[in-house]
Amino acid sequence: MALPTILDRGTAERVRRDLKGSRDLSGTLFRTVLQLGLLLTVVILAVLLGQVLSLGWGTVSGRLGDFLTAESRSRAAEAGVFQGLRGTLWIAIIVTIVAFPLGIAAAVYLEEYAPKTRLTNFIELNIRNLAGVPSVVYGILAYTIFVTVLEPVTGGKTALSGALAVAVLVLPVVIITSAEAIRAVPSSLREAGFGVGATRWEVTRSHVLPYAAPGILTGTLLSLGRALGEAAPLILVGAIPGSVGYSGGLLNPAQLHEQFTAMPIVIASWSTNAREGFDRATAAAIIVLLVVVLMANATAIIMRNRFEKKR
Amino acid sequence: MTDITIVDHPALTIGDLRGSRKRLARERRVKLFLMGAAMTSVLISVLIVVSLVTEAGRFLSSADLGSLWTSGWFPREGFFDIKTLVVATLMVTGIAIVVAFPIGFASAVYLAEYASARSRRIIKPVLETLAGIPSVVLGFFALTWISPNVVQRLNPDAPLSNLFAAGLGVAILTIPLVASVSEDAMSSVPNALREASAGLGARRMTTSLRIVVPAAVSGLVAAAILAISRAIGETMVVLIAGGADQAQFTASPFQPSLTMTAAMASLAGGSDAVVGQGNAYQSLFFVGFLLFLITLGLNVAATRIVRRVRQKY
Amino acid sequence: MSTEQVRAPQRPTVSRTQPEGVVTETPASPAVLQADDLHVYYGEFLAVKDVDLDVPPHEIVAMIGPSGCGKSTVLRCLNRMNDLIEGCRVTGAVRYHGIDLYQPAVNPVEVRRRIGMVFQKPNPFPKSIYENIVFGPRISGMPKAGFEELVETSLRKAALWDEVKDRLKSSALGLSGGQQQRLCIARAIASNPDVLLMDEPCSALDPIATGRIEDLMHELKADYTIVIVTHNMQQAARVSDKTAFFTVEVNPDSDRRTGVLVEYDDTEKIFSAPADQRTENYVTGRFG
Repeated sequence: MALPTILDRGTAERVRRDLKGSRDLSGTLFRTVLQLGLLLTVVILAVLLGQVLSLGWGTVSGRLGDFLTAESRSRAAEAGVFQGLRGTLWIAIIVTIVAFPLGIAAAVYLEEYAPKTRLTNFIELNIRNLAGVPSVVYGILAYTIFVTVLEPVTGGKTALSGALAVAVLVLPVVIITSAEAIRAVPSSLREAGFGVGATRWEVTRSHVLPYAAPGILTGTLLSLGRALGEAAPLILVGAIPGSVGYSGGLLNPAQLHEQFTAMPIVIASWSTNAREGFDRATAAAIIVLLVVVLMANATAIIMRNRFEKKR
Repeated sequence: MTDITIVDHPALTIGDLRGSRKRLARERRVKLFLMGAAMTSVLISVLIVVSLVTEAGRFLSSADLGSLWTSGWFPREGFFDIKTLVVATLMVTGIAIVVAFPIGFASAVYLAEYASARSRRIIKPVLETLAGIPSVVLGFFALTWISPNVVQRLNPDAPLSNLFAAGLGVAILTIPLVASVSEDAMSSVPNALREASAGLGARRMTTSLRIVVPAAVSGLVAAAILAISRAIGETMVVLIAGGADQAQFTASPFQPSLTMTAAMASLAGGSDAVVGQGNAYQSLFFVGFLLFLITLGLNVAATRIVRRVRQKY
Repeated sequence: MSTEQVRAPQRPTVSRTQPEGVVTETPASPAVLQADDLHVYYGEFLAVKDVDLDVPPHEIVAMIGPSGCGKSTVLRCLNRMNDLIEGCRVTGAVRYHGIDLYQPAVNPVEVRRRIGMVFQKPNPFPKSIYENIVFGPRISGMPKAGFEELVETSLRKAALWDEVKDRLKSSALGLSGGQQQRLCIARAIASNPDVLLMDEPCSALDPIATGRIEDLMHELKADYTIVIVTHNMQQAARVSDKTAFFTVEVNPDSDRRTGVLVEYDDTEKIFSAPADQRTENYVTGRFG
């Protein structure tokens, strides 16, 4: 230190010692415990992925093409997930067509249009509660409404009914995340629009929605990930755990009115199948599902992070 | 000198301020559509309640009420012992929260109070990935890894399918939920409180435990309630790892049994065979109705508490 | 009608320069905007009371006063921007060329097109400069063919053309604060209004940018009538022809604050010989 010191040597030494403080043993311990908690989370994820990969990798690397295009068979070595993939694809399509527009529209209404009345409050509360309703209960709703009451439209226990069940299930989540994204739009932007004589819808469409789009997209992608992994409502609607007789082709609209299965259903039924080799087949099916679901999630998370950085 | 009148605007009439009728009409149409979309959510709630109540009522009026309190859950034979399901549900939920709470809370405290921006950027995606894993996958993991490697080591007599493994699987599902909701609660505690505490010479641990956690306590309670509700409502993990279609009453977590959700799914999974067989199928609605009431109560409580937190800051 | 005539000082003639350069004296045309016994409520709470105000054409009217006196609230009532505030209610009348803006047949969207607004913080749309300007004309159904020309005239009028003519397609957010605010003025002009309301348009700008906006206001006077809210007394003195001084009255029972219009007169008079003691206290810096 080049600075002249006005303290005598002894005082300076004491101050330095005081400032260092005593060693904080309990603080260090506390911190370590917290880190252990986090570490455990990471370890769990690693073990889970490790288990799935080690069991399923043989199938995926050995006969991926065959595995993706074959139907469900009683011999694990020949079984494939084609029908499950097809059902999951239909679910993705219906959720995108039905739940996303409806959910975003509801969010726009609640954030941009709805007056602060008790009815609005009630609708908002109701949506929050719907988001917490267990997925099997949505299965009951779907069974009563889509399978039974609307049978002339859906054809009963069909891919359409199953997909609609999942669409209804994710609708509240889509509304909540979209509403959050819309709420984050600065009000100065709305004022600017209204200030030049735009109607509410013109302001919403031209300025609010484009600004909120990345946030909305993130929320919808996360909901899509959730939708594709759902099994419970599909079971209630009558998804077939085994092989189903489909019309041919990958995306033949006739399939919507036929009985169906989906990736999570295939995984659920295979995982309790005690026959030789089905643990490996299940793990392979999980790898396929995880690739799809985690891709949707990862896209959403990356998009959100990039977006947050930009703001 | 001629009088020149400068007319800035030709006389304005009320007609000029009415606006375009086409735009007005479109505005009304759009608003109606958006309102309809928002009302859909109310319709869904109504339909849920109606479908549950009608069928559950039909079940209760046709079933022998004594069959609701017997020795086990054998719906196809007409034994609908609710306590079998409720006790199994409580055990799975209990195991899940005992494991998930400490881990979730610890992660949240670390993220909110200790972690650097860089480690948050790494840790949060891990938690989010875990949150995104479908429950069937955790069911498989509980059955093929947790059960042999954890549960059967704790209790070598346990069969491969048991409620303990299911509970641990559900715990993994709820960790991200506990962590993210409680981290939100702690992050929303104003920094001024932390600074005030640090300014008095408090250590970080003291600040976290004495200042931040008490200030965020209602958010933490809400996180706990939401996690309980999520655990009660989880179906697939228990269906896969719990290992039973029907069960004798058991109070041991090391036995296979079914929770309320698993009972519903396995009844429906038996598909057409069930329909028309006495009132077995309607029991599904009855259990569903109970489940709905329990989770609704928990969620309403959590929402109330969260709202109180928001008002405070 | 007659009461305002008494309260608002007469301004018998308006000087206008004809294209040929002949100065003619013409009788004053009636007020462009007129607040008549205006009261503004937020829910049950009376925010501003008793405002009577005539805005003559081609003049700049400044509204000054301490914060919370309701000057911005009154400004927003003049083009019904206050409709967007939940629970805001108005009694009395605001007349625009003699038409009451609060009668049911009036569409606020149409009002806002004709009475443009510039806000405290520059708020360009996060789009290109070009898109910022044509948004208003497009939604009100102006023919697309005229857009190129409209963009140029609007930007010229806002004294921004030379700075941005080479980058009309680049984002408006890349402009400086002062440029953004002039873009917002150009955007308002593009919808072809005859009144511009400005809500503290310079409060977020540095002195140089502020000076440019003030110069611009003097130029815009030829084509538009301007009402400006400002917290800056010097600015009011520099730019305005007339000044309205607002203040706050505290209700002794409820501790609620209500804004009142104390005095409205020629700017010169307000700053040199105000009629009301409160005005004098404020303009001489003895307020509070």
